[in-house]
Amino acid sequence: MTGAGGAVLDLRDVHRTHGSGPAAVHALRGVSLTVHPGELVAVMGPSGSGKSTLLTLAGGLDRPTAGEVLVEGEPLGSLDRRGLARLRRRRIGYVFQDLNLLGSLTAAENVALPLELDGVRVRPARRAALAALDEVGLTGLGGRFPDQMSGGQQQRVAIARALVGERRLVLADEPTGALDSQTGEAVLHLLRRRVDAGAAGVLVTHEARHAGWADRVVFLRDGVMVDSTAPLAGVEQLLSGSGR
Amino acid sequence: MSIRHGLLALLERGQMYGYQLRAAFEESTGSTWPLNIGQVYTTLNRLERDGLVRPLPEHEGGQRPYEITDAGRAELTLWFATPISRNDRPRDELSIKLALALTTPGVDVRAVVQTQRSATMRTLQELTRLKYASDRPEDLPWRLVLDAMLFQTEAEIRWLDHCETTLVRHRPAGPPAAGAGPDPTAVPDPTARTDQEARR
Repeated sequence: MTGAGGAVLDLRDVHRTHGSGPAAVHALRGVSLTVHPGELVAVMGPSGSGKSTLLTLAGGLDRPTAGEVLVEGEPLGSLDRRGLARLRRRRIGYVFQDLNLLGSLTAAENVALPLELDGVRVRPARRAALAALDEVGLTGLGGRFPDQMSGGQQQRVAIARALVGERRLVLADEPTGALDSQTGEAVLHLLRRRVDAGAAGVLVTHEARHAGWADRVVFLRDGVMVDSTAPLAGVEQLLSGSGR
Repeated sequence: MSIRHGLLALLERGQMYGYQLRAAFEESTGSTWPLNIGQVYTTLNRLERDGLVRPLPEHEGGQRPYEITDAGRAELTLWFATPISRNDRPRDELSIKLALALTTPGVDVRAVVQTQRSATMRTLQELTRLKYASDRPEDLPWRLVLDAMLFQTEAEIRWLDHCETTLVRHRPAGPPAAGAGPDPTAVPDPTARTDQEARR
């Protein structure tokens, strides 16, 4: 199911205020953002501009003070805690800087976990997990524990966990964290590929080079969306524009 | 870089005539630097005058190939060994524009910064997309050219971010004169606010 105009994510005039009265902190003030299948949107802005707040609201990890968040047409505000948890497990993949891999589980078990929590049987869950590990280039490493893998490999496991199953919305907060630039680029490549295959993605970053992978870049400042880049032309047009 | 050294480098691979040189030049720079054939021949004439290349007998088709001389080879070696000095950066117009924006009354400097950042960001997106699409082994020289442009574009954005941070930090402290400033508790219109800041 998708929302109005086929959007996977739809933020409508979203506000998030922490506290009240004169001490209130307005983290987001009337932000609207629509992300369609096949679209990767990067959110940029200085520290404290509301980037991460936007992502936690989009992922149903927090609720807006005012406004509405819809994922595949479903208003998150209408769901109870259980319904919200189910929607998060089934439709939303998260990649955070802090990987949150469980050290006592193997890579494949880490990836299969959200499916198993969702009631998928062990065997199909494991099959899906191995396929997701293949997708991120970790074929044959499913039996390793996180501490037996490099930082880049662990990050890929976290991405496989975000992509496993049929998640249509992928949310990433500085997903390349402390990785070197080559490995970081590989991570963005994976994200881009998944989006090209039909998912919708939101990437929060302060690195312009990472935002360069997006179809659209929006700029937040003091909780307000102040600007957005124009849509890109297709590769063919860009190539002819560069004379190639 | 000069076209001169580009042509010398190509002739180091072997003898070539004008049209071949133009095609090879554009191939190795990913067509980011289109040449017209007139530029190629003018440059060849100067290289010949300076003893860096020499013309060979014409082909039957009427094309005259050129080859690099020992002096040309020495010049090329020197070029590869010498760092480039950047005294003609395209960003200069931008830095001058920002410097002037700061001192020109009524200009919203943060808006100037943001307008540029959006445009530069879009260039960065285009370059990234081109790089993503150029993953064949034979695209390597082109990818290196793209990387160079990517890093330069990224540097410009970092510099713009830096400008913005500096502008915020140097915003005069204390409330504006009565009636002149926005209500700090109101939900602001960012455009109006930055206008105010720029004028202060």
